[in-house]
Amino acid sequence: MSALHIKKGSTRHSAYNLRPTFSDTQERHTIAVLVENEPGVLARVIGLFSGRGYNIESLTVAEVDHTGHLSRITIVTTGTPQVIEQIKAQLGRIVSVRDVHDLTVEGDAVERELAILKVAGEGDKRVEALRLADIFRANVVDSTLNSFVFEITGAPDKIDAFADLMRPLGLTEIARTGVAALLRGN
Amino acid sequence: MTREMTGAKMVVQALKDQGVDVVFGYPGGAVLPIYDEIFLQNDIRHVLVRHEQGAVHAAEGYARSTGKPGVVLVTSGPGATNAVTGLTDALLDSIPIVVLTGQVPTFMIGSDAFQEADTVGITRPCTKHNWLVKDTDSLAPTLHEAFHVATSGRPGPVLIDIPKDVQFATGEYAGPKPAASHYQPQLKGDMEAITELVAALETAERPVFYTGGGVINSGPAASQLLRELVDATGIPVTSTLMGLGAYPASGPNWLGMLGMHGLYEANMAMHDCDLMINIGARFDDRITGKIDAFSPNSTKAHIDIDPSSINKVIRVDIPIVGDVGHVLEDILKVWKSRGRKVNREALEKWQKQISEWRAVKCLTYKPSETTIKPQFALQRLEELTKGHDRYVTTEVGQHQMWAAQFLGFEDPNRWMTSGGLGTMGYGFPASIGVQMAHPDALVINVAGEASWLMNMQEMGTAVQFRLPVKQFILNNERLGMVRQWQELLHGERYSHSWSEALPDFVKLAEAFGAKGICVSDPKDLDDAIMEMIEYDGPVIFDCLVEKHENCFPMIPSGKAHNEMLLGEADTQGVIQAGGAVLV
Repeated sequence: MSALHIKKGSTRHSAYNLRPTFSDTQERHTIAVLVENEPGVLARVIGLFSGRGYNIESLTVAEVDHTGHLSRITIVTTGTPQVIEQIKAQLGRIVSVRDVHDLTVEGDAVERELAILKVAGEGDKRVEALRLADIFRANVVDSTLNSFVFEITGAPDKIDAFADLMRPLGLTEIARTGVAALLRGN
Repeated sequence: MTREMTGAKMVVQALKDQGVDVVFGYPGGAVLPIYDEIFLQNDIRHVLVRHEQGAVHAAEGYARSTGKPGVVLVTSGPGATNAVTGLTDALLDSIPIVVLTGQVPTFMIGSDAFQEADTVGITRPCTKHNWLVKDTDSLAPTLHEAFHVATSGRPGPVLIDIPKDVQFATGEYAGPKPAASHYQPQLKGDMEAITELVAALETAERPVFYTGGGVINSGPAASQLLRELVDATGIPVTSTLMGLGAYPASGPNWLGMLGMHGLYEANMAMHDCDLMINIGARFDDRITGKIDAFSPNSTKAHIDIDPSSINKVIRVDIPIVGDVGHVLEDILKVWKSRGRKVNREALEKWQKQISEWRAVKCLTYKPSETTIKPQFALQRLEELTKGHDRYVTTEVGQHQMWAAQFLGFEDPNRWMTSGGLGTMGYGFPASIGVQMAHPDALVINVAGEASWLMNMQEMGTAVQFRLPVKQFILNNERLGMVRQWQELLHGERYSHSWSEALPDFVKLAEAFGAKGICVSDPKDLDDAIMEMIEYDGPVIFDCLVEKHENCFPMIPSGKAHNEMLLGEADTQGVIQAGGAVLV
């Protein structure tokens, strides 16, 4: 008798919707956390991860509801299924957390990241950088005679690929926002 | 209805509106306006402790013995940092306390001002929630929310940091509004899961209830429901250290405490059961021992109000998120409606097996006519005090385990001990908090001399407030549990585990204006205990006991429940390298 009543695609965290947790495989999950935007709330979330030894691959946060003072924190994390379930449960018990969604379990999610890259170079390298930027639909947001600043949005993989290509062409600096994500459909 | 008043007055008003009658605290620069308001009223009594750690433990003792939140008031900086151990203790044992700290004025925050500390930063990981209040208008709602958060769901400590200018300024005060909070934990369990548990309970051949502090925290009604369920089904029940008293020690289905120093019959029942019903416990490592050998053949159900407790350590088959009281009520309802069935035949066999384990008499120790054995001292204490309106607190170590083994608790809220954090120095201030809540009761702190010295300054508090707390010190002039581990694990090299230069406890008591009693001969013990009970005032009872007694039974680190050590003869080479790294 070990029926866990696993329901896929639950809309809120509940122990009744636990997935089997006996696997040792590492999984990458994108978790959206809706929090009351009060002082220290980000420290609570980050402190939970450091205090309990969980990983953060990326984290983004901004207020999304100015009247209700709610912020959305998007965390990409890795761990075994058991650790992922613990992360969600631990997030859920923070008093200022209103809701926790595991976008990886709940359905197909759109994940986007924004990056700004500075590429310095002259001659052919400069032309090649511009050509590749066009292919990746990156925008030039600043330019001098020997540098460009590109803005690119996309899945983290696409940004990785673009950065890899820019490196031999004179990539000097990169700033990335981390992932923002929403479920597809309604 | 709102009223205009100063922040300091709001604090006192909110405490009154929340039904607070006692505050444990220590004044200082950043809380002077609040102390001024306390001076000007008579509804709330203030207990001046001698160290802020003592204030928090006293509040814990108050909370655990009443079910109401304990309240602490301390100053900024060192006042707040001294409270950290107590906050962590309350967090790990899920005790509702509200700590109010003063803070430097808002315009000085961040300037490294005198007695400034980042109190909300320091206490963020050791509170359930905390707040820094930056304007007086938000003070009242924050105070009421703090009480709501501390006592709702899984209880815990909360802290409000109040800058001094916020205390002086005036703002709007409004009374508590219960429904105002977004924080509303789920109380009712899922009926489908409850029905599944009842079905399992009806057919189980070797079921066991494993109960914890959650039953106590859920309130006296939960303990009553537990008793009804246990006695109606005849299923044996064991409890963690935190849950003692939820089911009476004299009850027919009581197995005794389980875990590292739990009873043989309780641990064997846990190991061999086919259905384990965890009610308000959390599979702590003191309970499970070796995880992959923990109760290998059982279906496990887990009732807990905190979803993060479920599947954290042990994977369970039937998770039920909800308040223990609510869930037990539903279990009883469903079980009765389905015809009150149990597998009677198998249960009788199971109970027979349990009686065989019980016959091992795992608490047997070698008696002595010349020295007082600590177990004997506790047996006599039990015998001579069990008829009293009695509350027991403990410090941490061997004496704590012996107290759990040898004292019987018939009711919830009668046993206050530091379980999760294992805080030496907890018991004495906790006994002060308990006595404040129950002035006519017999309050005993079972202590070791080393733990007791950690907060001995509270003798001043006990004497000042005429609190007749009995400090029952089992004095072996050793850090007994450390010594025991060094004997078993570290080649009998007793590194810094003895207490030298101990005070004369009788003179110490007298120096504080209390009574001291010293006893070393087993023949004098009963008279001495009676003298302690009958004395109307605080007593330090210095009971000189056998110095090298070990606490058994014991599940060594890294071992399974069915690999218990029952006595000295079992101890040779028992802990292997893998277990030695565990605590």
